[in-house]
Amino acid sequence: MTTPPPGSLLTARDLRKAYGPTHALDGAEFSIHPGEVVAVMGPSGSGKSTLLHCLAGIVPPDSGSITYNGRELTQMSDAQRSALRRSEFGFVFQFGQLVPELTCVENVALPLRLNGSSRKDAERTARGWMERLEVDDLGAKRPGEVSGGQGQRVAVARALVTGPRLLFADEPTGALDSLNGERVMELLTEAARSTNAAVVLVTHEARVAAYSDREIVVRDGRSRDMERAI
Amino acid sequence: MSIGHTLLGLLEAGPRHGYDLKRAFDEKFGHDRPLHYGQVYSTMSRLLKNGLVEVDGIEAGGGPERKRYAITDAGITDVQRWLATPEKPEEYLQSTLYTKVVLALLTHRDAAGILDTQRAEHLRSMRILTDRKRKGDLADQLICDHALFHLEADLRWLELTAARLDKLSEAVTR
Amino acid sequence: MNTRQWARDLGLGARFAVTGGREGWVRMTLTAVGVGLGVALLLLCTALPNVFAARHKVEDARYDYTYSDKVPPKADDTFLIAATDTVWHDVDVRGRLVEPEGERAPLPPGVDSFPGKGEMVVSPALGDLLASDGAELLRERLPYKIIGTIGESGLIGSHELAYYAGASGLKLTDSSPVHRLTGYGKPDATPEKTDPVLLLMVLVVFVVLLTPVAVFIAAAVRFGGERRDRRLAALRLVGSDSHMTRRIAAGEALAGALLGLVVGTGFFLLGRQTLGSTELLGVSVWPSYLDPSPVLAALVAVAIPAAAVLVTLLAMRGVVVEPLGVVRAAKQRRRRLWWRLLPPLAGLAMLYPMIGKGRGSGDFNQYLVIGGVLLLLIGITALLPWAVEAVVVRLGKGALSWQLAVRRLQLSSGTAVRMVNGIAVAVAGAIALQMLFTGTQSQYTKATGKNPGRVQMQVDLSDRKPLSGVEREFTGTKGVRAAVALAVSQYGDARRDPKNSNGLTVGDCTALRELATLPSCKDGDVFVTRTRSHYTTPGNADEIAVVKPGRQLYIDPSYGDATERGIEVPWTVPANVRVVDARKDSLQDANSLLVTPAALPARAAPALFSDGAYLRLDPSVPDAREYVRNVVARIDPLARAYSWSATEEDAKYTSIRTGLFVGSAFVLALIGASLLVSQLEQLRERRKLLSALVAFGTRRRTLSLSVLWQTALPVGLGLVLATTVGVTLGSVLLKMTRTPVAMDWASVLTMTGVGAAVVGVVTLLSLPPLLRMMRPEGLRTE
Repeated sequence: MTTPPPGSLLTARDLRKAYGPTHALDGAEFSIHPGEVVAVMGPSGSGKSTLLHCLAGIVPPDSGSITYNGRELTQMSDAQRSALRRSEFGFVFQFGQLVPELTCVENVALPLRLNGSSRKDAERTARGWMERLEVDDLGAKRPGEVSGGQGQRVAVARALVTGPRLLFADEPTGALDSLNGERVMELLTEAARSTNAAVVLVTHEARVAAYSDREIVVRDGRSRDMERAI
Repeated sequence: MSIGHTLLGLLEAGPRHGYDLKRAFDEKFGHDRPLHYGQVYSTMSRLLKNGLVEVDGIEAGGGPERKRYAITDAGITDVQRWLATPEKPEEYLQSTLYTKVVLALLTHRDAAGILDTQRAEHLRSMRILTDRKRKGDLADQLICDHALFHLEADLRWLELTAARLDKLSEAVTR
Repeated sequence: MNTRQWARDLGLGARFAVTGGREGWVRMTLTAVGVGLGVALLLLCTALPNVFAARHKVEDARYDYTYSDKVPPKADDTFLIAATDTVWHDVDVRGRLVEPEGERAPLPPGVDSFPGKGEMVVSPALGDLLASDGAELLRERLPYKIIGTIGESGLIGSHELAYYAGASGLKLTDSSPVHRLTGYGKPDATPEKTDPVLLLMVLVVFVVLLTPVAVFIAAAVRFGGERRDRRLAALRLVGSDSHMTRRIAAGEALAGALLGLVVGTGFFLLGRQTLGSTELLGVSVWPSYLDPSPVLAALVAVAIPAAAVLVTLLAMRGVVVEPLGVVRAAKQRRRRLWWRLLPPLAGLAMLYPMIGKGRGSGDFNQYLVIGGVLLLLIGITALLPWAVEAVVVRLGKGALSWQLAVRRLQLSSGTAVRMVNGIAVAVAGAIALQMLFTGTQSQYTKATGKNPGRVQMQVDLSDRKPLSGVEREFTGTKGVRAAVALAVSQYGDARRDPKNSNGLTVGDCTALRELATLPSCKDGDVFVTRTRSHYTTPGNADEIAVVKPGRQLYIDPSYGDATERGIEVPWTVPANVRVVDARKDSLQDANSLLVTPAALPARAAPALFSDGAYLRLDPSVPDAREYVRNVVARIDPLARAYSWSATEEDAKYTSIRTGLFVGSAFVLALIGASLLVSQLEQLRERRKLLSALVAFGTRRRTLSLSVLWQTALPVGLGLVLATTVGVTLGSVLLKMTRTPVAMDWASVLTMTGVGAAVVGVVTLLSLPPLLRMMRPEGLRTE
């Protein structure tokens, strides 16, 4: 195991992961600093999402190392990784992430409640974040009653509500038109920068990737860090 | 962009001095390149000659920039026609980049690397534009978006080319 | 909206169901299996009347008793027959000894030729049993050579244990169980008048068992409904209107139901074979008995598909299928109570007029009973959605898992309620029936007055010779602690019409010691017990006063001008008569006066009657009863040995009760299966969401708990409602049978407990798939 570059928040080395015969990851590398926004690009099926799932400790890689803040993710138990995800990470997915039966504010408050906050405190904090993401008027509505863009903002608010140090966004604008998508990206990156959270942004859209500080490209399960490649 | 038609269009709101025209143009359209006074002068005289504008008055002290111009009916018709005429779509054939890629393949250099480098460069431009857009007003945003969409189109071509490099390599080295 | 269009849309839907790809097939299969199980159960039920009739027919055909005083003379076509029924490990064995008296003596049903002496024909099940290991004792008891089997026409079920053994020299006496007959069969098989209360029970049992099946079928038709709705949205997109869409959905359900009919028939045929070769709670039948009555079967075949279409059309009412997706009406109309109250109230109204009828005051109207019970039970399915909604709206505070569950129920409680409906109906019906059974139990259960704590077995001998010493046959028999064979007689203080008279028991010292605590005993002693049994006051002072030493008494006195006079033997009470304490576990406490044989004059012997033998067994010897029966079979094949029990139940009452248990087991298993299927389907629907929740760190425990709450809440409410309706129905039924209404909380708790247990098991079984679905692989979209 090599030591991570100085100042890095999360570093992955030589990640491999196979789903059956297909090699989703085949020696991928990754590194991100606090407050940095890194875009993960690449064509469909290149292993972008798998890389994100591995980095976030959702899926354990077959081999390789992932170091977060000096701790080795691959050696943590499922419960430990879950706890890490709850407290230090935030997530935004393309869709299917808001619990349809909870109201928007309850959805945003969900991670806080998972961490043991009282319902009242959690929902107060949630409302604050919803205001920042300009969806404070949707509190009592359910996800089925709001538009896609609004829903995604609610999702971003939920990802940020715990004050995570690392935000994972998997095609966060994938289901949105460009205007809504850009607004979501603007709010997301602004909010992340204001809290000094790092963002891992998986996308295949260049205009979304343009919100990042740098990009890495995944192709056939291998990653290329463009800044270092030059 | 036709500067003549743009100036004509600005005059439609009301008569202006040449100096005012330049300022209005720079404010609205000249983000990248501000107009020279000379350009305004030569354009206005051409328009005057064609009867699309007329001199509304001259301020004391003279000088070409002290003339006040007003648009004529023919001018209005001309602006109308210009706006209604579609622009010919510009077809960039990506000649330079295409040439580079084919050459790299023919000389067994790393064509994928060229594409990646180019992508990084495109993204760098896009980042700058995105940043400017974020800080600018609506006009800034619209102009930056235009550039961003073009760059994005280039990038998509790059991605497609990258995905087809093997086939291309077969075709050019055959 | 003409018929052609209907047919076309339904057909289209059916085609979609078949050509819907893998998902379509899965859905179809689920529905078909679900409906199939229901259909099989329905067909089985329609066959039940036939089963009873067929068994009854065989029982009538092989009937071999006569209660006539006139014994036909011995002739060419007569035979002697004696019942030698026995019991093998709590299973009844029907046994007969037959002895043809002439060439033309008729054969018993199902028997080809008379077995000779020492030979027997057996039912296949008995043949198998005798051939099996561990049946040595039974082989010893039936030491006959097997020369053939009894055919189907002579047996009431495939597992009946029965034999006909050949005999010679059977004696036809008054006291012997031997009959002379000229043929088999009940001479005048007059139809018995069915007890209206029993008939009421049968009707209620049927309704109670079948209603959950109907509810289950309704739920099965909706299997996979949510996915289907999404597919329908695609149809709307290409231009079908909302009515067409509903009909297409109904068509899909119809296809599933039709396939379900086929599958159900298959299940039924399979089950018929299985049931024909197995035994359930002591009941076995022949497959041929399980022929559904054609009318009922046809009804099933028509009603199921029709119901499928109807249920789907009704269910689709609340669903708006828009071209771009399914909208479950964002602002759902609050469910209204008033019309939901109509069915149960109507049910009560139908039952009310019959209160106090039944026993002695006319029959119940069958249609009103069925209608009333049905409406009350169906009322649950109408009330439950309202109740769940009304309660859930008021909930919300609490732990996260609770909040998730409550919110889900608030948004759409329909699916959850559909799952619980069946259980609730079954439990309500079962509670009502339990109440009815417990309430009327005393009417159908007679106390025998026998205390199995004292005597475990009694043997009635065919030969009533007193004091023959038969009890000695049991000494040394494994598992027998004590055996007494006693004689009894009567005594009085006068030759004729005595003022004081009572019974006396005669036995040797060993025997008498089993009845009372004797300080000492020798032949010639007489005892009288300090207490007496079978009287309201246990003190025996009166009798002790009569039996004074030296007093002149008479054995077997005569009464009135009876044609049969007693023997009137004078007997002087000996001087050594002693007062003793009766044993609490006396083997026979009919009389207080205990006499040893030598204390009686020889002339008294004819006045004595044998009272059979009473046995005290060693409970630690498992096969004690079998050893006893073997001894009995050896010393007196015609004797009857039976175990003492405190109560005995009316046979019909028992069989209805047994039927209920068998049916309930089936129905609950069925409902459990359907619960599991819809539970899994629900989970599959939410796979992506579950994965996302796990991704951002939700504990599996939270999610599992929320799934549990999500089921437990409606189940709890359903059980409360079921208890209410069940107790109401039970009370009404008891009132109808004029039985005092008493709450049997134990059975209420048992029934709700069973219902809750089914749900618990289902939740437990759905946990592994739930955990599997929570794996992050669900996040993968590519």
